[in-house]
Amino acid sequence: MEAFGLLLQGFSVLLTFKTLSFMIVGLVLGIFVGVLPGLGGPNGVAILLPLTFTMDPTTAIVMLSCIYWGALFGGAITSILFNIPGEAWSVATTFDGYPMAQQGQAAEALTAAFTSSFIGSLVAVLLITFLAPGIASFALQFGPPEFFAVYLLTFCSFVGLGREDKHKTIISMTLGFLLAGIGLDTVSGQLRMTFGWDELLRGINFLVAVIGLFGISEILLTMEERLALRGHAASISLRVVLNVWKDLPRYWMTLLRSSAIGCWLGITPGGAIAASFMGYNLAKRFSNDPEGFGKGKIEGVFAPETAAHASGTSALLPMLALGIPGSGTAAILLGGLLVWGLNPGPLLFVEHKDFVWGLIASMYLGNVVGLVMVLTTVPIFAAILRVPFSAIAPMIVVSCAIGAFAIQNAMFDVWLMLVFGVVGYVFKKLNIPLAPFTLALVLGNRAESSFRLSMIGSGGDLRVFWSNWLVGTITTLALILLFWPLISQAFGRVSRLWRPAAVIRTPHN
Amino acid sequence: MAEETEPATGDAQAVVGTRSVDIVVYLMLLAFAALLGFDNWRTGMSWEADGPQAGYFPFYLSLLLGAASLYGLVYKLLMERGPGETFVTGEQLRRVMQVFVPTLLFCVFMQWLGLYVASFLLIAGFMWLVGRIALWKALVTGFLFSLIMFITFDIAFDVIMPKGPLEAAFGY
Repeated sequence: MEAFGLLLQGFSVLLTFKTLSFMIVGLVLGIFVGVLPGLGGPNGVAILLPLTFTMDPTTAIVMLSCIYWGALFGGAITSILFNIPGEAWSVATTFDGYPMAQQGQAAEALTAAFTSSFIGSLVAVLLITFLAPGIASFALQFGPPEFFAVYLLTFCSFVGLGREDKHKTIISMTLGFLLAGIGLDTVSGQLRMTFGWDELLRGINFLVAVIGLFGISEILLTMEERLALRGHAASISLRVVLNVWKDLPRYWMTLLRSSAIGCWLGITPGGAIAASFMGYNLAKRFSNDPEGFGKGKIEGVFAPETAAHASGTSALLPMLALGIPGSGTAAILLGGLLVWGLNPGPLLFVEHKDFVWGLIASMYLGNVVGLVMVLTTVPIFAAILRVPFSAIAPMIVVSCAIGAFAIQNAMFDVWLMLVFGVVGYVFKKLNIPLAPFTLALVLGNRAESSFRLSMIGSGGDLRVFWSNWLVGTITTLALILLFWPLISQAFGRVSRLWRPAAVIRTPHN
Repeated sequence: MAEETEPATGDAQAVVGTRSVDIVVYLMLLAFAALLGFDNWRTGMSWEADGPQAGYFPFYLSLLLGAASLYGLVYKLLMERGPGETFVTGEQLRRVMQVFVPTLLFCVFMQWLGLYVASFLLIAGFMWLVGRIALWKALVTGFLFSLIMFITFDIAFDVIMPKGPLEAAFGY
């Protein structure tokens, strides 16, 4: 139980007055951000990142991850009370959560949502606690070829398994890679794609792009749809909480299933949204009463919320252990780590033990404190939604501008944010996915340099990616995932060749 | 990059269809890919003995971007005919502009007046003119928000924002 001892050490790092108070500030800000329409986890973390620049890394990352937990909890409030999913993965929560609120059971639905988020996160954090150190120490043997193979796997799975049109995913991803390549090339020291423009020497900052793509574009979209906020009031009494918790053991199977789905999809990139829908659909399929789903069944809140939060949390596992974020928010947290000069990946567990275990301990504590906080303060946060949008919209714009400026103290970045805002708006309306773009932008340079370092190491021989069983397996798996749609089509065709025979035979029987 | 592409005209039903925006965006992406591809070709995109040159990766990525955009363009032009869905209606575009134009002005003002004064103007102006909220409420909200931001960032967290003549008058 080496992990356990290290975890206790992590708690001791955490339990100082300063860290704890920043944790609570982070949670409040996070819930606030999660509740506001047009903001969500990734934007919230990106916009609030500058606040943490002057802190020490541990306090900063604890506050950031608490913003993330808060945003996850906050998203459920809007889905249930207002039928507006704060995040894409809260969509499935609205299916049964909002009908429950309409039937006067808002408090039960909210308690169910918060509790199941807590359970989902807890399972994922346990997974991180016991799995991450092992994966990290295994990955210590990785050289550039192995790392490139893992990056390749990440990107290929996006193209092969994504639901969007393939060419749109590729456009989004290549655009991210290209923008990441702007500026000084770290391997050769040459300048690329700057067109003699001084401002571009530093390259395009990932966080600036995120603030524009998600924050500003979301404001434009919200304004376009003219959200009419009409929601249900709710306050949660202790009696309701206990009642819901008393029934909890009955749903252990749903909770367990959703946690498992969530953890699995969270570790593979881009999974949180899929996880919540899959959790919901499977709960429906295995239920005794599938008809009741969508009409306000509490199980319909448990299932997607548990899965979404398990996946949102376990997305941090590959980020910490391998330096590969499993979700957009994890990518932004990774961007934050880079700002403090911490290089996420296997070495982090060796060189910055205090930091890693402080962060993992904060996941436990943040979830417990967050659960208590949301259960007690729901009425206050629900009231935020009654503030007119015309007051909130300009405040969000100002926060975005502050965030974008503070990252490099550059006015150019504010303009860049505005351009990305428009790009994000157009892309979202054309169904061009933004997640591959974000991922390519943050990982682009690392992927390229690991490729080129492998090439320097092998003398330009591509066979290095099949040089041992480990790298060979990952590379092959990546290629299989990339061509998965074609492969599954071929399988379908083969099985169809068999099926007509079966169909012909049946009439005779 | 894909900037605003649709011309702003009155409050007609559909200002522009998704199909036309799609085509314009693909054309822009194609042009962007060509530009970057050319620049990387100039940087050097060949394969040396010890691996690729600096422009190698981006050059082939721009080719890929170009190919994907071209595919999208051809697909749109050949396969999906007819007017298609509405990208944005006049009414929607008006509302989007209601927030985009003030944001643009805010960025312009930020350079001359500093962030805090510009944010006061944006919030108060937006609440009053777009939200039709009473002027005094708008002014108070704008002032309080800017003040809180100033205290949080410039004083408490030492994150220095651009400032203008007003802050200079107070000695900051």
